Amino acid sequence: MRSYLPAFACKAPASLDEALVTLASEPGKWTPLAGGTDLMVLFESGKLPPGHFLSLWKLPELRGIEVTDDAITLGALTTYAEVREHATVAFELPMLAAAARESGAIAIQGRGTLGGNIMNASPAADSPPALVAYDAEIELVRASGARWVRYRDFHTGYKVMDRAPDEILRRIRIPRRDPGQHWVHFYRKVGTRRFQAITKVGIAAIGRVEGGVARDVRVAFTSVAPTVLAAARTEAALEGQAFGPGLVAAARAATRADVTPIDDIRSTERYRHQVAENLADSFVHALFAQKA
Amino acid sequence: MGRTVGTSAPRKEGVDKVTGAARYVDDLVMDGMIHGVTVRSRVAHGRITGIRFDPGFPWDEIVVVTAADIPGRNMVTMIEEDQPFLAADLIKHPEEPVVLLAHADRDLVIEAAKHVHIEVEELPAIFSIDDGLAADVRLFKDDNVLKRFLIEKGDVDAAFAEPGLVVVEGEYETGAQEQLYLEAMGMIAVAAPGKGVTVWGSLQCPYYVHKALKPLFGLGDGEVRVIQAVTGGGFGGKEEYPSLIAGHAALLSWKAGGVPVKVIYDRAEDMVATTKRHPSRTRIRTAVKPDGELVAMDVVFDIDGGAYATLSAVVLSRGAIHAAGPYRCPNSRIHARAVATNHPPHGAFRGFGAPQSCFAYERHMERVAEAVGLSSVAIRRKNLLGPGDLTATSQVVEDQIDFPALLDQALEASDFEAKRAAFAKHNADPASHTRKGIGVATFYHGGGFTGSGEVHLASVVGVEALRGGRARVLAASTEIGQGTNTIFSQIASDALGVPYEWVEVAAPDTGRVPNSGPTVASRTCMVVGKLVQDAAGAVVTTLRKAGLLGEEHTPEQLAAAVDSYLERFGELRTFSQYKPPAGIVWDDKTYRGAAYAAYGWAAYVAEVEVDLVTYEPHLRGFWAVQDIGTVINPLLAAGQVEGGVTQAIGWALFEEVRWREGRMINNQLTNYIIPTAADVPPIHVAFAPVPFAHGPSGAKGVGELPMDGPAPAIVNAIEDALGIDVRRVPALPEVVMEAVLAKRAAAGEVQHV
Amino acid sequence: MSDAEARAERLAVTFTVNGVEKTVETLPMKRLLDVLREDLALTGTKEGCGEGECGACSVFVDGRLVNSCLIPALQVEGSRVDTIEGLARGGELHAVQRAFLEAGGAQCGICTPGMVLAAVDVLRKHPNPTDEQVREGLAGNLCRCTGYMKIFDSVMTAALAIASRDGEGAA
Repeated sequence: MRSYLPAFACKAPASLDEALVTLASEPGKWTPLAGGTDLMVLFESGKLPPGHFLSLWKLPELRGIEVTDDAITLGALTTYAEVREHATVAFELPMLAAAARESGAIAIQGRGTLGGNIMNASPAADSPPALVAYDAEIELVRASGARWVRYRDFHTGYKVMDRAPDEILRRIRIPRRDPGQHWVHFYRKVGTRRFQAITKVGIAAIGRVEGGVARDVRVAFTSVAPTVLAAARTEAALEGQAFGPGLVAAARAATRADVTPIDDIRSTERYRHQVAENLADSFVHALFAQKA
Repeated sequence: MGRTVGTSAPRKEGVDKVTGAARYVDDLVMDGMIHGVTVRSRVAHGRITGIRFDPGFPWDEIVVVTAADIPGRNMVTMIEEDQPFLAADLIKHPEEPVVLLAHADRDLVIEAAKHVHIEVEELPAIFSIDDGLAADVRLFKDDNVLKRFLIEKGDVDAAFAEPGLVVVEGEYETGAQEQLYLEAMGMIAVAAPGKGVTVWGSLQCPYYVHKALKPLFGLGDGEVRVIQAVTGGGFGGKEEYPSLIAGHAALLSWKAGGVPVKVIYDRAEDMVATTKRHPSRTRIRTAVKPDGELVAMDVVFDIDGGAYATLSAVVLSRGAIHAAGPYRCPNSRIHARAVATNHPPHGAFRGFGAPQSCFAYERHMERVAEAVGLSSVAIRRKNLLGPGDLTATSQVVEDQIDFPALLDQALEASDFEAKRAAFAKHNADPASHTRKGIGVATFYHGGGFTGSGEVHLASVVGVEALRGGRARVLAASTEIGQGTNTIFSQIASDALGVPYEWVEVAAPDTGRVPNSGPTVASRTCMVVGKLVQDAAGAVVTTLRKAGLLGEEHTPEQLAAAVDSYLERFGELRTFSQYKPPAGIVWDDKTYRGAAYAAYGWAAYVAEVEVDLVTYEPHLRGFWAVQDIGTVINPLLAAGQVEGGVTQAIGWALFEEVRWREGRMINNQLTNYIIPTAADVPPIHVAFAPVPFAHGPSGAKGVGELPMDGPAPAIVNAIEDALGIDVRRVPALPEVVMEAVLAKRAAAGEVQHV
Repeated sequence: MSDAEARAERLAVTFTVNGVEKTVETLPMKRLLDVLREDLALTGTKEGCGEGECGACSVFVDGRLVNSCLIPALQVEGSRVDTIEGLARGGELHAVQRAFLEAGGAQCGICTPGMVLAAVDVLRKHPNPTDEQVREGLAGNLCRCTGYMKIFDSVMTAALAIASRDGEGAA
């Protein structure tokens, strides 16, 4: 049964400054609300605690995609639809575009935002593994200033993150890669059905092969840990290594050690373990197939 | 004469539906209307010791109803009388309605419901067929068997003792399934002493609701009126439960002094509280000659009925009658039981028990084929029923069906044999990351109520002739999306000899239409459609007898004749009542004889590709060939088949009801996964019509048949792809993975998990 | 974060619906779906799940297909909302609506308004859509009756009708 509507105060500040002042004056009182595709689901099912909500949806300061020589910067309110429609993003960040395409379906993609996807901190979210793999940084702003955080380090536990109550996620910056190098982007979402699915296990991985060995490997998983998972053991197992059955086995073993999946309403621990390993295996093959 | 039967006449209410103008129950607003909500037990088994209302709420402003407020009998009229409208003392499942609340402020009353606490002294609860049968916890009589059937033919024990036979055993399971009509259930009621009870709602069977409301209030036929609002799907889910909701809304209105009360379930409540397809377990033992000829089948078919008897007996009956499959087998024994548990009652869902038993026998046929070294196709071809053969109830097959030819049509359409060979080659390639397979299922489904059911129903349909030759069909059969309005109009317009556009179907309203029986069991076209044809024909006969119409007539002549008749006599209404076809014999005691007047016959083929990385079976194509008699409306009929196949795809691959202490815990569309537009393969539908002498223009039933065969066809295809023997649905990727890993382990390969 | 003492204040929200400016007094978190159905009596927009899964509540907000059950009223201030009621103009059905009638795309009708709007969205983006584009474009709109085949046929029928009409217009 839905939550009690009259107990949900909500206001829409006219500017980012106004929003930051509100957050700073009453720390912890206001919960930011972006496109609503997560919070409103909780509201309808009665799982959203009543309180005060600050709608950021119409703040122009949090919108827009900016492309410079060395980075692509996306406003926190960039929707999945905007990610999909942006030619440079689609070309250079295909895993982010794939995550956007496979988040919900069209109607969700028109409202769901990258910032919301990050701050909702679901361990099953689709864009965070791509952001981890792409070495994204995020900018948190408050009335008294701003700071950049490496996204890989942002989530510290289940629904726990490196954010103060008066901070707002403003934008996401992704370094651009040397176009002269061959990068293999490997994204796969496994969610029982093709769209409108919450991920059971997912991977975003990138790397390149130079001189016969893997370089600059990043591997991230979703739905196999309390947060989006930067698979450090898997990355280390691959970095600087040449292809072979031994490498595939090492990658599988490393992934097995990286992930800590559980049984839940959507899948089993065994399935998540096995498929995460299979995905790591597939990535290794894809990475070296590119060179071959 | 322009014949509309056999053409794809446009859906009668189509324009209202594509423009959003159609009014469903939640779209209706009445003056002074207030909103009702239901407070439920939350405990699977126990005794109510008290009801506590949190302080700080304006309870004096809220209408509160408990069992003590019921003016008549607190019992939902069904097959057995064991389910109360509101639990008064004993709680038998976690979603028992206990308290009803209503208020003009919907937000307030929803919040209030969270502040009512049902205090229960808990009792041990049971949630499985085996625990039900063990009967350590007694829920129904002394053995928890809600209903039992034994269907016997020949001498099964003697047949199994014969030498030289191959005996094959198997056990198969199917899970619960939510109907998931896209419109959740709801009712509006106006009820007050002296004024009677009127309800409007989302429902399949107006006269079931009517029958249930009368004793609840101690009222007579004319004092209760049930009106169907435009209804957004049913699939059996709105056969029985609407009686409870109608009762609840009416009880609130009664207590509130007659103000309209609207009770609308949200999706979560609809999924958690209302009926689902019965989970099942089937054990089959088969004796077969080395050449594949079936000699004996011994089937034990058990279903989980949930806490109350409701419709389980009839679901069990249909599942059991179909449980030996469409095969010639001289000796068969089907022992069927519906077992009580502390789940919310399971109920009607398209197929009505037959999909469950069909999954078992069509998977089992693969085992039989394997045991005697025949192909999937050969084992079926050898044993398919034909005219003159006996079914498991010893009914002589009268349909002039050429079943092997129908099977061939499906095989040719799908290129079955060539694909089996090509896929075997593909699957042997170690570099491939997928495995491909193709599977077949053959099956049949009886139309209409079982045995003497239609005789007991004695359904009536009327046709009212209106000025200008227009006509209105009067029937309680409901349009729930399947096309009742359209096919009735087609049948009536042909019988009257007028254009399709001249006929309309009256909104089902027990105050205005006769009882044409429930909208269930694939009976609307075959049985009720025939009554429509007869009643419309009687209009013509009446006009001829009155000397107003000749042997042949144009629509204009009919219009003139009707106008003259109306001027002379005031009104022209004709009625037709069900009469069984001659020679139909059924024995309710032995369960022998003609179980159904006619059957639909089908051969379905599924093609899958399984991803070896994720173990996901992806359907690549589906072929559905069937005989449903004359096809009244090809577009609607194909829509029925495609819709049924897709529901069955969901049941086979995606839809798993997850239970905890008797409650469904994935009662959200986020976690109960049904197929989307991106998940269905191309579905190729073909009809091989053999007209049925007693159906309207030769038509039989279509609604349920397409639910039966897809699940085994799909799992048979998965077996073809991977060589794994999955014996349950849904065949989730997790299930496929475990089977693949087990197979590899058996082959001595290293395992990680 | 939770605050049991929170009390929402009603506010006036002004937006255009099917081209007409409307102002409603509402609680800020009231779902757009409920504002349309209850405050504006536009009941063509349906509720199927209340959680953004089924698409029965689909409408356009500022030209984007969205689930109106997930949008708080205050977020549509100043926006343009288009619902199923605004699709047929001057009593003439939209090509997609006609195609749904012709090709059997509607059965029970509850998913239909949202499905029709999703189909309109597909054809705006892809006037000559591939099968895959249709499937993806409709994947957020669940239908339990049709098995989708007749809906795909409806979209393709509409695409042809629109192309032939536009062709005539250009000629």
